[in-house]
Amino acid sequence: MITPQRSSSGSSQSPRSPSSQPFLSVSVTDPAKMGNGVQAYISYKVITKTNLPEYQGPEKIVIRRYSDFVWLRDRLFEKYKGIFIPPLPEKSTVEKFRFSAEFIEMRRQALDIFVNRIASHHELQQSDELRTFLQADEQTMERARFQDTGIFKKKPADLMQIFKDVQSKVSDVVLGKEKPVEESNPEYEKLKHYIFELENHLAEAQKHAYRLVKRHRELGQSLSDFGTAVKLLGACEGNTLGKAFSELGAKSEVLSIKLQKESYHLLMNFEEPLKDYVRAVQSIKATIAERANAFRQQFELAETVKLKEIDLNKLRLTRSEKMVDAEHEYEELKEDSEEAIRRFEMIVRLMNEEIVRFQEQKTLDMGLAFHEFAKGQARLANGIADAWRSLLPKLEACSSSQH
Amino acid sequence: MMGYESQGYEEAHLYASREEMESLVLDEPSNGSQSHSDSHNHPLSSSLPFAEIATDDDPMLSSPSSLMHPQNPNSSFNSILEPPSYADAIFRSFDGDHNSNGEINSHSSSGSLSSSPSFNSEYIRISVSDPQKEQELANSLVPGGNTYVTYLITTRTNMPQFGGSEFSVRRRFKDVVTLSDRLSESYRGLFIPLRPDKNAVESQVMQKQEFVEQRRVALEKYLCRLAAHPVIKKSDELRVFLQVQGKLPLVRTTDVASRMLDGAVKLPRQLFGESVGVVDPNEVVQPAKGGRDLLRIFKELKQSVANDWGGTKPPLVEEDKEFLEKKEKLQDFEQQVGNLSQQAESLVKAQQDIGETMGELGLAFVKLTKFETEEAIYNSQRVRAADMKNVATAAVKASRLYRELTAQTVKHLEKLHEYLGVMLAVNNAFSDRSSALLTVQTLLSDLSSLNSRIEKLEAASSKIFGGDRSRIRKIEELKETVRVTEDAKSCAIREYERIKENNKNELERLDKEKQDDFLSMLKGFVVNQAGYAEKMANVWEMVAEETSGYVKEGS
Repeated sequence: MITPQRSSSGSSQSPRSPSSQPFLSVSVTDPAKMGNGVQAYISYKVITKTNLPEYQGPEKIVIRRYSDFVWLRDRLFEKYKGIFIPPLPEKSTVEKFRFSAEFIEMRRQALDIFVNRIASHHELQQSDELRTFLQADEQTMERARFQDTGIFKKKPADLMQIFKDVQSKVSDVVLGKEKPVEESNPEYEKLKHYIFELENHLAEAQKHAYRLVKRHRELGQSLSDFGTAVKLLGACEGNTLGKAFSELGAKSEVLSIKLQKESYHLLMNFEEPLKDYVRAVQSIKATIAERANAFRQQFELAETVKLKEIDLNKLRLTRSEKMVDAEHEYEELKEDSEEAIRRFEMIVRLMNEEIVRFQEQKTLDMGLAFHEFAKGQARLANGIADAWRSLLPKLEACSSSQH
Repeated sequence: MMGYESQGYEEAHLYASREEMESLVLDEPSNGSQSHSDSHNHPLSSSLPFAEIATDDDPMLSSPSSLMHPQNPNSSFNSILEPPSYADAIFRSFDGDHNSNGEINSHSSSGSLSSSPSFNSEYIRISVSDPQKEQELANSLVPGGNTYVTYLITTRTNMPQFGGSEFSVRRRFKDVVTLSDRLSESYRGLFIPLRPDKNAVESQVMQKQEFVEQRRVALEKYLCRLAAHPVIKKSDELRVFLQVQGKLPLVRTTDVASRMLDGAVKLPRQLFGESVGVVDPNEVVQPAKGGRDLLRIFKELKQSVANDWGGTKPPLVEEDKEFLEKKEKLQDFEQQVGNLSQQAESLVKAQQDIGETMGELGLAFVKLTKFETEEAIYNSQRVRAADMKNVATAAVKASRLYRELTAQTVKHLEKLHEYLGVMLAVNNAFSDRSSALLTVQTLLSDLSSLNSRIEKLEAASSKIFGGDRSRIRKIEELKETVRVTEDAKSCAIREYERIKENNKNELERLDKEKQDDFLSMLKGFVVNQAGYAEKMANVWEMVAEETSGYVKEGS
């Protein structure tokens, strides 16, 4: 078991003395329904507490909606290739579920975790985008959001396409189908394979976790119905047996409530973290796709440069007028190529750091989730045992009073 | 104690504590004294009752009714009781705390879970086993066809009327139907356990392993329930069924169709007055429906219509208020038990489902653990795999516990289904009563109309000087009819009273047994739930402890 390195999710590490230690702490709270009908949406309060000079004041509160978070994520994804951008909760497709209390709370929690992860990432926390997100007034935010549409904003469908491309390319490589323009890095291949497999395993675990949540609810409902039926039978019996029945019925109903509570706890503290894990892995897949793009770009540019060099030498030999232009082009191409190589290498370097961070973070996250799961189950089981045990003396009294 | 007049036996009251029973030894038959105190000399016993020191030691005994309900698929007698499951062995301690085991066989105990009013040292254990195919001999329509299944019925008992301690017979299902019909005829008014269904299916299905096994289990349950009934277990019919070798000597009551045919033959003669159109007193003690006497059926039908729709009160009514109250209460009870039984089924299913899903979750984590361990590059992965393994193991354990819990819950809540069957028997007994009443009412109406006819004829005849020979003859005939009808009426009233008495006693017995049974069901259910919940809590507490380091400070 790894002891957590961070004392709170929002603070950054620093060797300086505690009093002047920079901190940045964010929370997403107070979901509120805005507007009506089809246009209705949920808004959240985002509260920033910080002593960093780039930020305004000790505390700043802004109002944000889901699409603002999406903007933040997309911009960071564009800018910081190679870094595993924290995942966002999905957009809800089912209309009537969109405003259920459970869903809203699940989303709020996920958004809170999202922002905090960005705020505690040593690179991402310094981004303009984060600053804008945390500080800008609502109109500025809205403008920034609309600006994105059409130019930078990648719709979820596009991202999905990228995933699919990468996925098919990787599986093609694995199956030996074609010879693609891909890095031949065995360690990296292993990593890609690991990530894809991991997603499958996690998705299965998450599916069962979700079912378990439902089962708790169903058992609670059954117990409640059972309790009602027991009470009715007790009512027509009368005397001591009737009393015994009604006590049992009452206990059943108490336990039904405990089960509903545990079902919710399980959802928020076990199933959600698992879902979050799955999303994180999907986010890594997006980064893998970016790396593949970057690799292809630098590879293609390198090829183009080589060809251009050959052409240039030809022109040099013939001393053509086109030579000067060609030289310019060649120089430009060389710069682009070097830029592409730099970009690619940065992605590789970042990814190597990120994967270590990722594994460590996930061990902590899952450790906590497991703890909550076990704690919840133990609490539930103890509650059930206590409730039933408390009935026994009453049942004893019933049988002895008969004779 | 119970006024069952049709019994020829006296009841032998043998009281003994459990310890005594276990230590009883075989007495010399010539020894006149019995080893029990305050016992009566049983008129029919030629050998003394002797107890077996056997499976009573089995800690699994949770009620004497389990004595009567062996679940033994094999014919070996020694394992007649279900072997205790691991879980049961664990929960002995829970049961022991509440002393339900220690009190079983002592009749004066408070926690008696006996299904018979007082537990004697007499016992009877029946098992059904060894199904075999046999061929119908002569008279089969299909040459070489018509196979049927027989079962070996083994009885172990110390009851005196059997004159033996262990014996077996082979019976087929038809024999069981016969037994059931005869019992219904002889013991009207009692709550007689219902026999298993006939299941009109093709002979192909009849011989399938599953069907035969299901039927075997059902037959065993049925016979044990019969043997648990304080009156029926002493009946001739049951004894003959269990003991007499070869063909079952109980007369098989012919089916309704042929009875109707017989009746139809008689009817014209009755209508034309050729035979005395009167109810045979012996037949009066049986219900009209299903009998040969169509005329009687018609009369009683007319009477019941008059009762329901006629303006005048019927000549005799159900006056017993206590009975009517109890009947209504039982109807309510029946409905609620049915409802609860359904909810119990849903509860069991929900418990089963959660256990299954927990198991699937556990397996998914086992796979993940294996994966992470194999692919691990970083130490953080190995740590995570170790955590995951703990959770996976716990989930699988919890899943097993749920499965056991469900199996035990089913056993306890099965009582509810059983009582639905009991209620059917109760309703049959109430029908016996109302049809006997209807017979009495019909006969009373008959008598009243006969007497008024006689009056009229006498009045008319007195006006004629010297008498009216034809009328006088008619009057004589009618008076004869009246005499016979009076006899029938007396029989019918006696029968009705007998059934009423049976009802009353059975209602008392039911009340007591219901209390005991349901209380023990509740206890069993609660103990079970609590016990398994505790085990699950232990499993999860360990994991919570192991992962407690992940909790963030101040969270």
